[in-house]
Amino acid sequence: MDIIKTTDLTKKFDDFTAVDHISFSVKKGEIFGFLGPNGAGKTTTIKMLITLLNPTDGSADVAGFDIIKKRDDVRENIGVVFQEPALDTELTGKENLDFHARMYGLDGDKRKNRIKEVLNLVDLDDKKDVLVKKYSGGMKRRLEIARGLMHNPTIMFLDEPTLGLDAQTRRAIWEYIRKMNKEENTTIFLTTHYMEEADYLCDRVGIIDRGKIMIMDSTDNLKNSVGNDVITLSCSDTPGLIKRLGDESWIKNIKQHDSFLTLGVEKGEEKIPVVFDIARTLNITIKSISVRKPTLDDVFLYYTGRTMRDQEPENPMKMGFRPRAHGG
Amino acid sequence: MKGAELQAIYVMWLREMKRFIRSRSRLIATVVQPLFFLVILGSGLRSAAMPGMIGGDYLVFLAPGIVAMAILFSSMFTGVSILWDRQFGFLQEVLVAPISRLSIIFGRTIGGATISLIQGFIILVIAMFLGVSISSIPALLFTIVFMVLLAFTAVGFGLVIASKMTDFQGFQVIMNLIIMPLLFLSSAFFPIATNPGFPSALVTLVFLNPMFYMVDGLRGAMTGVNYYLPPLVNLFIVLCICVFMMGLGSYFFSKSEA
Repeated sequence: MDIIKTTDLTKKFDDFTAVDHISFSVKKGEIFGFLGPNGAGKTTTIKMLITLLNPTDGSADVAGFDIIKKRDDVRENIGVVFQEPALDTELTGKENLDFHARMYGLDGDKRKNRIKEVLNLVDLDDKKDVLVKKYSGGMKRRLEIARGLMHNPTIMFLDEPTLGLDAQTRRAIWEYIRKMNKEENTTIFLTTHYMEEADYLCDRVGIIDRGKIMIMDSTDNLKNSVGNDVITLSCSDTPGLIKRLGDESWIKNIKQHDSFLTLGVEKGEEKIPVVFDIARTLNITIKSISVRKPTLDDVFLYYTGRTMRDQEPENPMKMGFRPRAHGG
Repeated sequence: MKGAELQAIYVMWLREMKRFIRSRSRLIATVVQPLFFLVILGSGLRSAAMPGMIGGDYLVFLAPGIVAMAILFSSMFTGVSILWDRQFGFLQEVLVAPISRLSIIFGRTIGGATISLIQGFIILVIAMFLGVSISSIPALLFTIVFMVLLAFTAVGFGLVIASKMTDFQGFQVIMNLIIMPLLFLSSAFFPIATNPGFPSALVTLVFLNPMFYMVDGLRGAMTGVNYYLPPLVNLFIVLCICVFMMGLGSYFFSKSEA
């Protein structure tokens, strides 16, 4: 069953098209990830789905309700963890949860019990009476996850849930996300520009770049589409080698990025000597070579012709206050 | 109205209260500043001859003006604190809840109004200790009506400003360019409409200043002297301004996106 379904969803800001006629669906119970560089249109898509932005064109159903005509029904069925922390830092953790619960009409005992449950889920019970301004970044994120779960949403939206967190905290957040997917049966829609995050968490991934969905599939299928193994090499004459390797049928795909060449192949370790032999007949020196399992990074490179890292410097605003509503 | 909406209004109000009680600096600043005006300015000019002033006691003249000032500042602060919420992302959490925009505005407004009324009352009590007397119980009730209307109007005004501004830099400018003239031309500190030496162009401006009717009405209700228009006329004007300002504030707020 499709719990999110969009048709030609589009958002334009003046002349800039942030989201460009995207159509996709998310199944109930899965962890679905939007993977893309900063400014790809991820946050704008989320903001439309959670009814904070009106689409310029197209439509979407969330939890079976139209995002424009049935806003309040959509709102009751979703939980959101925003990219920037959206907590009241002058209140305690528990008070933030209480505020949320009342906003969603939970009353009396139900509210108290649920606060206890979600606090336990994210292991914040001992910090519940501390003012949020004294929380660490990771604790704030956990509290936001707990808050998003307060009203038992059918779908949880997480916009860059681990942005700005250290590696250890990131791992912990991943575990909480999995836990809520399993224990609370919550469908999860997350955005990320971390490959390993999408790889680790998501059942299915949509790769989004410049407002368009490039490809959408399960993480395994995506990686297989690139080849079972990826050989990365650098050599003295890249164009020459590309020309020659293009004739080889065992190479699924060739991509050049800077001075590096990426080959998608089967049984990579057996192909390294073959590549060497070919290079030697052309008098090309191979400077470095490696073989590894494909990652979503390779998938991204394959479908967009760029690596995710290429795009980082394009958006220096990212770390500060970003211009509202235009974000990735 | 659904029960959920009422609960949302209540929790918006509760949040304002908690934040107010915890922010000790705000509590102190908003009480101490008007206190300075009342005690120092009031004592300093108490025996001065003020052109256009009826009765001899400047403190009695000044007290309603300072009460109005305290309420104005505090309510404005509430309206503009929406900017804080927006900047720190909390506004999104509120806007994505299944609650009507009107309830959100209403909860916030009564929260802000409650706080400014508390502050207004503190000033009022201090003024009474200093020797300003309120003639009767009906006069006190009448005073409270003006204080409430002033509080709501100022919150509405703050909402308008918050909806139109996207950063804090503008806030100081607004305070200096809008609030100070409004206050100086409201007869809060000295008589204007009855002052024969005052330039007539400025007097015209005074009659365009909503704050004038608030302060004049408050003065008429509270002390029964030194007012220009009959308090009931002021009440009518102030009521109209209040409804208009709240409507405008709600409209701008509901149009703004997080």
